[in-house]
Amino acid sequence: MKLKKIALAALFLLVYLVVIPLAFKSKTYFLGVLTTASVLSVISAGVWLIFYIGRINMGQGGFALVGGYASAILISRLGCSFWTSLVGAIIVTVLISILIGMPLLRLKGVYFSMITLSLTETARLAAQCFPALTNGPKGILNLPLPGALTIGGVTLIPDFATVDKHLALYYLGAFLLIVVFAVLYRIVNSRLGWLFRSLQQNEDLASSFGVNVPRLRVIALAICAAFAGVGGAFFVTMQQSIYPASFTFQDSTNFLLYCFLGGLGSVWGAIVGTFVLFISFEMLQGFNQYQPLIYSLIMIGLMLWLPNGLMSLKLPWLRNRFFCVPDPQDEGKEER
Amino acid sequence: MPLMEVKNLTKRFGGLIAVNDVSFSVKEGEILSIIGPNGAGKSTLFKLISSFLPATSGQVIYQGEDITSMSPHLVARKGIIRTFQETTIFRNMTVIDNVVVAHHLQSKASLLGFFFGSPAARSDEARFRESASEILDYLGLQDVKEMKASTLPHGYLRALGIAIGMAARPKLLLLDEPFAGMNSDETAHAMQMVRGIRDRGVTVLLVEHDMSAVMNISDRIVVLNFGKKIAEGEPAAIQSDEAVIEAYLGREDEEVGY
Repeated sequence: MKLKKIALAALFLLVYLVVIPLAFKSKTYFLGVLTTASVLSVISAGVWLIFYIGRINMGQGGFALVGGYASAILISRLGCSFWTSLVGAIIVTVLISILIGMPLLRLKGVYFSMITLSLTETARLAAQCFPALTNGPKGILNLPLPGALTIGGVTLIPDFATVDKHLALYYLGAFLLIVVFAVLYRIVNSRLGWLFRSLQQNEDLASSFGVNVPRLRVIALAICAAFAGVGGAFFVTMQQSIYPASFTFQDSTNFLLYCFLGGLGSVWGAIVGTFVLFISFEMLQGFNQYQPLIYSLIMIGLMLWLPNGLMSLKLPWLRNRFFCVPDPQDEGKEER
Repeated sequence: MPLMEVKNLTKRFGGLIAVNDVSFSVKEGEILSIIGPNGAGKSTLFKLISSFLPATSGQVIYQGEDITSMSPHLVARKGIIRTFQETTIFRNMTVIDNVVVAHHLQSKASLLGFFFGSPAARSDEARFRESASEILDYLGLQDVKEMKASTLPHGYLRALGIAIGMAARPKLLLLDEPFAGMNSDETAHAMQMVRGIRDRGVTVLLVEHDMSAVMNISDRIVVLNFGKKIAEGEPAAIQSDEAVIEAYLGREDEEVGY
């Protein structure tokens, strides 16, 4: 079992880090799509974690926008390097998430979702209304590519301008994805995961045996926001620009759908959902005006046939120990 | 000094006074029952003690400390653990995992320790599993340990609820209707269980409808009616108390002669 898992992980890394870059080295458009899919997965990972504590976060686009602007402002106004700005973006998003999470997370169910729904819009309007900081609707343009990362005289990462830009960005996205999902996997499989699952299933019961439920919820939201910060900062550098509309309400919903259709029971659901859906959307570009129609049909089909997400496909090697099969009672409701 | 003292506790919901100026105390090592007709305010009183509801006025003093309206998890940390009336469990976890999670308070590792799998976190994990196993054996759940909680036969669910409560190592365990919906065999078994818990040094406060079980198991009884305490005493005294009989059976109307 364990060996199988390692083999599977190795295969994934081989394809992700070696085969794909080799195969698509010259097709920069498709490499760009994959890089975007990686960064969107990173942001979706946060939404997935909030699902995991039993809430629905519809404001992830807002956190990503905050992260993006934090990074862009640090780079363009304070002359920080991309690497410093990445850390800065995480700090800013985490602080903001703690500040707004403390009151907001008292809300349950649909009320929490509704208020997070407004967060993306709030972030967009805030970006528009403070031109002194954010340059208003014009956005911040012409951001430089990441420079070299040197620690103690050793160049860990070369200046992106000196290497194949598309490939470098792809690898950076891949690196962030691997780190973020390693963190997420570790959270879910440690006792923290147990506590989060206990919140998901019954907050009252959890607090009855001494779990500090409000604190744990804020921690989960802070981690979620940190992922958005990482993703937002990287996205901005990839696009070399940011506008108030870089992450809209539509994106927040998409993150939700990626997690939901990927599968909420498994950590990998967020990656699988994002890659399958985002890439299929991009591949439908050729259908022009029919693109949203076909895309929607795909989503409806997925919801009908795999209501528990792509990860519930009955492939024996995909089974995860923590796959939460829904209650027989709840299942009965869904099956008509 | 009593283990816990309830002083003039009152809870208003708008115009309704659910608990009205109730005072009593709980001695260490006893089984104290709270009874009363439907809607007497028993469950509300329960939630007030465990801080799941804020009190309108009055105090709950536990080991000399005022714990009124503290956060529920802090009350739990002091050793007051409640179980739930409904079969409130973690449905998507196995039985043993339910109990392992409930050991949270005994954890020595920090949250970061959990994340990095520090030695403390790993030894916690092993300790909790062992202790959970022991609690389940004790409550007669040894055969269903690995079953998913949602598939558990109904009779086991309440025992699992109690197991979750026991895992938190309570000093005072609040049991919300532990015998509801049980037949006489099951009740006898559950009563045995509750006595066993008391013999392990846990003080038990229970809310219950089943009169014969209450009379049988309790050291003392507090009777509520319409939110007010109408009697307190040993089972024999309660059984012959005028006010209690009146609350349960109604009063003879002497003028009409019924």
